[in-house]
Amino acid sequence: MQITSPAFKQNSRAALADTQLQRALGNVRAGFIDKRRKAIDALPEFDALRDSARAIKNHVLENLDLYLETYERKVIETGGTVHWAETAEDARRIALEICRAAGARTVTKGKSMITEEIGLNDFLEAEGIRPVETDLGEYIIQLRGEHPSHIIAPAVHLNRDQIEADFRRVHDHLPVARDLTEPETLLAEARKVLRKEYFAADVGITGANFLVAETGSSIIVTNEGNGDLTQTLPKVHVVMASIEKIVPTLEDAAQIIRVLARSATGQDMSVYTTVSTGPRRPGDPDGPEEYHVILLDNGRSSMLGTKFQDMLRCIRCGACMNHCPVYHAVGGHAYGWVYPGPMGAVLTPSLIGVDKGGHLPNASTFCGRCESVCPMKIPLPKMMRHWREREFERGLNPATSRYGLKFWAFFARRPKLYRFAASLGIPFLSLFAGNRGRFRHLPLAGGWTKWRDMPAPESRTFMQQWQQKEALKQEARP
Amino acid sequence: MSGRDAILSRVRKALGGVADSPTRRAVVEARLGEAPVGVIPARGQLDDKPRVALFGEMAEKVNATVQKVKSRAHVPAAITDYLRSKNLPASVRMGTDARLAAMPWDKQRALTVKRGASDGDDEVGVSHALGGVAETGTLVLHSGDDNPTTINFLPEHHIVVIDAKDIAGDLETTIEAVRRKFGKGRMPRVLNFVTGPSRSGDIEQKLLLGAHGPRALHIVVVDG
Repeated sequence: MQITSPAFKQNSRAALADTQLQRALGNVRAGFIDKRRKAIDALPEFDALRDSARAIKNHVLENLDLYLETYERKVIETGGTVHWAETAEDARRIALEICRAAGARTVTKGKSMITEEIGLNDFLEAEGIRPVETDLGEYIIQLRGEHPSHIIAPAVHLNRDQIEADFRRVHDHLPVARDLTEPETLLAEARKVLRKEYFAADVGITGANFLVAETGSSIIVTNEGNGDLTQTLPKVHVVMASIEKIVPTLEDAAQIIRVLARSATGQDMSVYTTVSTGPRRPGDPDGPEEYHVILLDNGRSSMLGTKFQDMLRCIRCGACMNHCPVYHAVGGHAYGWVYPGPMGAVLTPSLIGVDKGGHLPNASTFCGRCESVCPMKIPLPKMMRHWREREFERGLNPATSRYGLKFWAFFARRPKLYRFAASLGIPFLSLFAGNRGRFRHLPLAGGWTKWRDMPAPESRTFMQQWQQKEALKQEARP
Repeated sequence: MSGRDAILSRVRKALGGVADSPTRRAVVEARLGEAPVGVIPARGQLDDKPRVALFGEMAEKVNATVQKVKSRAHVPAAITDYLRSKNLPASVRMGTDARLAAMPWDKQRALTVKRGASDGDDEVGVSHALGGVAETGTLVLHSGDDNPTTINFLPEHHIVVIDAKDIAGDLETTIEAVRRKFGKGRMPRVLNFVTGPSRSGDIEQKLLLGAHGPRALHIVVVDG
């Protein structure tokens, strides 16, 4: 997938001017927030569960090597195969080898952000294997040649009429006169088309929400049932998961599951939570004959032991973006890579480099809503600040802001000089603004005044006002 | 160096090179051995009757339909009634589950019972659940000849029979029951937790039932 994160500013401008997108984004603001609130209000233990979930993941990260070894041993014991992929390229190559060995022509896919991260679909297609996304949202965006704009609602940037147009364009074997005006009819059509694909597929690829060390199981959490059909009907099931998805036991998974769906869609539990362990057993009438797990690192191990380790607790619920004013304004594609919103603003620079992803941690108002709703209590704003520091250290931000900060720092470190300069500057600005009390244009601050007015300061500095008030208090005392 | 060794050595280095600390190994072994339970919501901690009632209430909240029958002998008639009320053909698909097999299906003259995994042509599938979870109205099913996994997902209507005594208050009790049945650290090939019929919100965030799995989920709770 082409990375456009360095063009975040241009992307955002285009997104703000896109009326279809702005209409669709209204669904994020209206939908997710209230549903989550209601689900959480109905569970008094929610906050205690968040702490429990955080503690479980922290424990796993501190012992990740041991849990990975145990998990691998258990998968092998149950007849599965574990493949280790250091990079995206390794993971793609391994997936292709499995598909080739199975003689695969069609591959069905359950929803998986990690296969987006490694660009699996384009790669398989170039190798002559047809990948078919089966999650309704993923299917829609695959038809459009797009990428997900949200980690749990991949087609949230689209409206019904756009989807209808795509179905008419692609499903050209169906009668032109059919009625597709209701979302129900669109869903029914996709269901029918995809049913055939599940049976035609030679390999089914899913992600994993959890990998359980105790039993060697992978767990997927879905609502549509597409993940289950993807992994049940083909001869081969491939699970692609990153190394931090491990939990010790099913009890641990149960703790995190309780916060996952509530944070994501406001459901108490997703419709299908499926625990898979190895291939078809003797006497099993259905299920895959081969079970493979591709364990992907792709930069995760470099986050361990750093300021960004906490990010590895992320369970991809999407609550941070659902509550983010920046995401609400520009949507997910503006972020320019796989992971949007606050979690993307932290993760993207870790995975593709701060030189390319540096704009993203700057696209924050630091309102802190993301951290306050994160089920894993990940300090997202703090980590965005760490990225800003690194960007500054490496001189990646624009010269004007670097010099501006240095100029300001020179005064800030010399309080007397600062107060003196402020006492000269502020009355001047106040006078200059006149009766309006605001500036339409300001030299060197065009980035601000182009979009909104700059309020003019009061005629005296804060320190001057403080001193005056203190003096009045003194006088008032008997 | 293989990918495996490279990843594990990077992880160990990042964790401060404490690979073979016996203390760490002991902590991990203990955790896996004991499988401690965490926070359990009070919601599910109820006596038998209110627990079964909560299960039904929560299942209906997620668009399942729930019916209670007095004994296993009443199940075939209940299912026939359901099929009739929904205008469905009098034909169901089920596995070889002994509890289902022992029910008086032959008394439902018009009903055809097909056995074995589904090939996608069945409108109605019948399964017997291993258990249920009251806190969320969730059914627990496992793969195998008794209740093939394809029946959970391919038919348009999924009817699940569950014994009231198998309904637990919380997820953890069910997990413990699975461990008792299959052995510590062992699992059936697939364990399905099913909470309502299949759905999607991918078109304008509007909730639509019947995405890729069953459009309808009907639960028959057998009393006693």
